[in-house]
Parts: sequence; C-alpha cells; structure tokens
Amino acid sequence: MDFGGVNPVLLLASLMVAATPIMLAAIGELVVERAGVLNLGVEGMMIVGSVLGFVAATGTDSAWVGFVVAALGGAGMAVLFGVLTQFFLSNQVATGLALTLFGLGLASLMGQGYLGIKAPSFPDWHIPVLGDIPVIGPIVFQHDPMVYVGLGIVAGVWWFLNRTRGGLILRAVGENHEAAHGLGYSVRRVRMLAIMFGGACAGLGGAYLSIVRVPTYAEGLTAGAGWIALAIVVFASWRPGRLLLGAYLFGGVTVLQLNLQAAGVAIPVEYLSMSPYIATILVLVIMSAGGAPGSLGKTFHASR
Amino acid sequence: MTQATGDQALMVLDGLTKAYPGVIANKDVSFELKRGEVHALLGENGAGKSTLVKTIYGLVKPDSGTMTLAGRPFAPSDPHTARASGIAMVFQHFSLFDALDVAENVALGMENPPPLRDLAQRIRDVSETYGLPLDPTRTVGDLSAGERQRVEIIRCLLQDPSVLIMDEPTSVLTPQEVDILFETLRKLRDEGTAILYISHKLEEIRALCDHATILRLGAVVGTCDPKSTSARDMAEMMVGGSLHVPEREARPAGDMLMQIKGLSVKSPSEFGTSLKDISLEVRAGDVLGIGGVAGNGQDELLAALSGEITAGRGQIFFKDQDIGKLKPDARRGLGLCAAPEERMGHAAAPDMSLVENAALTARKRKNLTRKGFLDWRGARSFADEIIKRFDVRTPGSGNAARSLSGGNLQKFVIGREILQDPQVLIVNQPTWGVDAAAAASIRQALLDLAAKGAAIIVISQDLDELMEISDSFAALNEGRLSAPRPTLGLTVEDIGLMLGGAHDMEVAHVD
Repeated sequence: MDFGGVNPVLLLASLMVAATPIMLAAIGELVVERAGVLNLGVEGMMIVGSVLGFVAATGTDSAWVGFVVAALGGAGMAVLFGVLTQFFLSNQVATGLALTLFGLGLASLMGQGYLGIKAPSFPDWHIPVLGDIPVIGPIVFQHDPMVYVGLGIVAGVWWFLNRTRGGLILRAVGENHEAAHGLGYSVRRVRMLAIMFGGACAGLGGAYLSIVRVPTYAEGLTAGAGWIALAIVVFASWRPGRLLLGAYLFGGVTVLQLNLQAAGVAIPVEYLSMSPYIATILVLVIMSAGGAPGSLGKTFHASR
Repeated sequence: MTQATGDQALMVLDGLTKAYPGVIANKDVSFELKRGEVHALLGENGAGKSTLVKTIYGLVKPDSGTMTLAGRPFAPSDPHTARASGIAMVFQHFSLFDALDVAENVALGMENPPPLRDLAQRIRDVSETYGLPLDPTRTVGDLSAGERQRVEIIRCLLQDPSVLIMDEPTSVLTPQEVDILFETLRKLRDEGTAILYISHKLEEIRALCDHATILRLGAVVGTCDPKSTSARDMAEMMVGGSLHVPEREARPAGDMLMQIKGLSVKSPSEFGTSLKDISLEVRAGDVLGIGGVAGNGQDELLAALSGEITAGRGQIFFKDQDIGKLKPDARRGLGLCAAPEERMGHAAAPDMSLVENAALTARKRKNLTRKGFLDWRGARSFADEIIKRFDVRTPGSGNAARSLSGGNLQKFVIGREILQDPQVLIVNQPTWGVDAAAAASIRQALLDLAAKGAAIIVISQDLDELMEISDSFAALNEGRLSAPRPTLGLTVEDIGLMLGGAHDMEVAHVD
C-alpha cells in the first residue's frame, strides 16, 4: 500500500508523534493566553525543558524522570517570566523575547557534555485489543505514552476551561482583569498558576523532542517549534479543539514532506521544508474566528 | 411604610478616613444604615462616594474608623468576605466580562454558584419576579447598557443580600426602565433589605429614598429627608453653591445645515439595531433631542452621522453636499463633529495622554500639523484649554485618559468637540455619569454652541435633559425615528407614545 514510496499508515502514525511536541507547548500557551498573559518565551522554555529532560533521563536511565524534570524546568523558567511581568510589571512582549534568548543560551551551556548521546529507550505502548485493530490500531493505538498524555492534557484543558468554576475564573481574568479584581479574584495568583502550567507544558514538549522524537540532544533542537506553537494558539482562536487540529495539521505536513523528500520527489527541498508552516497558517487563517481574550498582554496593576 | 422593620441600625459606619497620596478621599465619615430603608449617598464627582462604598465592599481598607454590621465589628478584607456577610454591589462601571454569557457573568459574582444549567433557570425566575427581562444564554458583549445593568442587579439579587449598594444605577436607563428598577428596589426594601443608593439625579432620590447623606470633598456635610427637601436645596448642599440652570433665548430659524433623507444602514453588530428609513433635518441654532430605550439604534445613528458607518448616495447631506460616503475624518474637516457614548476606548484612547487624545480628533480643525508633523505645543495648549474651560479635574494634560474619572473624561471629550467650533455636533449621552453641576455646565456649553449658529443633535436617555435643552424632540424605536416635534408643549404622555411605550421594552431588544 504505497503511493510513490509513501506508506499512508506509517505516515498517519508518525503524524501523531510529530504533532505532540507542538501540541504540548501550544496547549500550555493557550491556557496562559486565556488568562490574559502573552508569554513569547515558549521557545526558550521548550529548549530548556529539552536539555533538562535529556540530562535527567540519561542520568537516571528513565525517560519518565526526564519528563518530570523537564516540566519542572519549564515551570521554573515560567516563574521567572511570571515574577517579572506580574510583580515587577515588566512588558510582557519584551520579557517573553528575553526569556527565549536566555533559554537558548542556558540550554547550550547545560547541554555541552551531552551532545551526541542517545536517549534511554521509551518503548511504545501496544494497547491491547484496540492496538490490534487493522489500520487504525497502528495509526492511533501503538504510540509511546506521552502521545496520550498530550491528548489527555488537551482534553483536560478543554474540560477545565469550559466546565469548571476555576476555568471560568481563569477566562474572566483574561477577559477583563479589572472587573475580575473588582469581584475579588486574585488576578496575579490566577495568572501565576497559568504561567507555570504553560511553562510545564512547554518543558514537556521540549523533552519529547530530545527524548522521543530525535532522540538525542543537539543544539537548537527545537528549531522554531515554540514559535509555531504560539502561532497555532492564535490561529486556533484560543480554543483547544482547533488547537488539536492545527497541531495535527502541522505534524501531518511535516511528516509528509519528510517522506516526499525521502521518496525523491522533484520539488526543491527548501519548498518542502517550508510547506508545514505555510499549510498550517493558511488553514488556520481561513478558519480563524473569535477574538483574543480582552486583557491579553496588558499589564495589571491593582490601583488603576 | 418607610419604617419597615424596626429602627435598629443594620450597619454603622464610624469615623471612616481614607487618604491617597495628595488627596483625602474620605474624612471622618459616619452614618447609619437601617433595615428596610433606601439610603441615598449624594455628592459630586470626586466627593468620595465611590471610595466609601468600596470600603464597605472590601476593596479599600480604611486608614482609620470602624464599621459594624448587625451589631458585630465588620472589616472585610476582600469582596468575598463582604459578599459572604450579605453585602452586594452594582458597580457604576459595570464589572462584566464581554466574551462570557449572562449566566457565566452571574456565576462569577456569586460565592457558591449552582451548576450553570440550574443557574440559568434561577436567572429566568428572578428576572421574571422582578420584571427584568434577561436571557441567560446571551453574550454580554452584545447587550445594551440597560441590559448589562440587569445582569449586575440579578447577580446581586441571587445572593439575597442584606445590604445592596447601587452606584449610579439609573444613569443608563430610560424612564420606563427606571420605574421598573424602582419597583424592584421598593420590593426589596419591603422585604427588609437595606439599600445604599448613589445617584446624581435628585428627583430620583426624592422619589425613592427614605434618608440622604450628603458628601462633599470626602466629608459628610449634611443629612436630610429627601421626601421633604427640595432638589434645589439638596443640590446646593452637594455643590456648596448655587446651581446653574441653562438659559435659552427665542430666535428665528437658521440656515439648513444637515439633512438626512431615508437613511437605512445595517448595524455592524449581529445584535445591534439596523436603522430604517430615518429622516431629519437640523438648521443653524437648532438643538434636536433624540430619545429612546437603550439599544434601539442610538449607537448606530451616531455612527452613521459621524461617518463610522458610511451610507448610500443621497441619504446624508451637509449643506448641499452629499456626505454619505465620507469617513469621519473628512466629515470633521467639513465641520461635523461627534462624541460617542462610550468614552473609554471609543471617544478617548485610554492609555494615551490627554494631549494625544486632543490631537487625535482636533488635528484637522485646529491645524495641529505642520508639514506633516504634529504640532505638540499646539496640541498641548488645546488640551490645556479644554481642561480649563470645562473644569476637567486632572493634575495635567500629560496624564493618561484612563486616569480620569468617568465624569471628568466626559467633560474632556465634550469639551474637545465643542472647542473645535463644529457646525454640526452630534453627541450621545453627553452627561452620563457626570454630576449635577458639571452636567449643567455641559448643557450650557451645548446651548452656547447652538447660539453661535451650530446645529446640535443630542442623543440621550435622560428625558429631563432633552426637554431642558432641545428645541425639537424625536424618538428612536427599533431603528426607526419618529417625526421630530417641537419640545415646547410636549407632554409626558406624548413622549411615552413616541418612545413606543414601556410594554414594548422586551420587543425593542429582540432582532
């Protein structure tokens, strides 16, 4: 079942793996932005997560430990951003950009001794019964656990935002922080928690790259994945369902173009490499509807 | 009737003082609030009313002084504590979330809200009981000002408060809506709720309140029984001087300045009201008042006249020129200025300074550009002139528009347009949330402008205001404008008929 050297089952299966790091980073940023904070440091938090996760995973020979450490590292970076923007009221855009640059530098410093090492193995789950279904089984139910953790986080975020009081408060804070403050909700606390969650998700996304997807550490490993995650959040109109679609679309075209390159299609490689970015943005622009959270990116000060 | 459930004070405020850098917001304020009374808190903008109620609601901590509630010391650390103790508040600037629906907004203001589906049912029940029609599934961003206030009121009512604070509740309501609100408040009072009622509108206070405390410059300057005190006496206590009532002189009809012929435009908002076949004309020196229930096309009419929405050919004429296709800037250039209702974000850019805000609309008419560059010195002196002429209270023209109180910003916005010497000026709700003295001076400024030969279209929900300043009156109902009639000799019944009557209120908000 090959089409010009591309096997559709393998393609769809690797799509889910390719989409996972971006999906993780984007769902974290979605929560942050729904709380009214624009953190442009996703790329930096991802790469710090990828190196910390890799170091911890190779040190303990356990990928799981790697993921936990990466999440903590990402959250730590996010706390730095949160303290600067929420307590010292620094500009969110500038602080986020600085966080990315800082993260890139920090990661190459920490990763120096780990270049070219292979990550500990992280075996795929073969989910009983479901994994045995022909075609669908290998595509959907034979992946490593983090793929499902990522999907679980997306579903959890959807449920939290739309079905819980906590989610309602978070959306309220993002929509109109002054009114939320007037009703007695702690804008800073809600935002700090959201920022930390966003950092942890970005860290997980980064670690997924270094531990599972590549799986080794290299400098500049994230290669702009954090920026794509940011774009996906915007074009998904801040909705978890659309975000999933955007991430899978990006993952799908990424895998497809790699396969096409391998199959030697007569299109210049540069065009193929561009294609996932163009396709994702095009589709999401066409779909995009609904506005940004009302207080997105604005500095909150209780006395105003 | 007024002494409903005993004389025992429910809430006692004793010597509350709160100072901010450079200003004392409250100075040794003491008064008592009884069960089952409507207690008015009167004062000009900046008299300290808002700080006082924020103290009660737990948003502000007093520097000194104590409060007791039902005999026990009461010092709420935040609004949650205040709400848990039975205090509810309807804010002057609505504390609503535009992107969320009515039920979600209500849930956010409650301590232990039921699941949203049950809550929606309770909202329907309460809104029917108190005659405040409201659909819990609507998105708040699409509601009119009057409907938004209902959201706030219902949010409070669902918590069975023992003290209800209303901060300027009627400033956005029509007479019919005010009547409904008063019915609701009287009902609550008779059920034993203590209501603290803040308003500038003295006649309302006389109609509704049992007791009044008057604040000036942060201190209590008097108390009275509003039912037996004249509005004029109360106003004088409030401003510490005598009130200025606008004057008008008879004059002959002037030249035709603006003509609208069969104007129909579609509302840009899905839930807005489209304008249907509107015709009117104003001549030099005319003041045309346009009344109507909120959400009947007021915003759309202002936008169509100012140029924010453009119209088809042959619908809008300025003198003899068809200006239907012109944008606001071009219309301004011709001498047609406008001030929309929403001052923060529409009439003024909140984070820009007053100088910048002045330059934004006056650039053309005040020649504030030189070879393509902005003349900042000219803009600054123009802003300073507005501040001086219209008594805008601010430390200086370099301050952000956001830092001004609503009433002060309103004075600035109106002043900015008036001082550009427009030939036609269109204003929507020119005195919303402005205190009595400032409102009177804004009205006088509008009349002075008309006396100089400009035509003025005032869109307002304050009928008293329209009767006071306009030569002719028309009403908007579902996007249609009634034929204008001379104000002189118009009776309340006539106006009621023109507005379409209170029974149409629900219909008026659909489609």
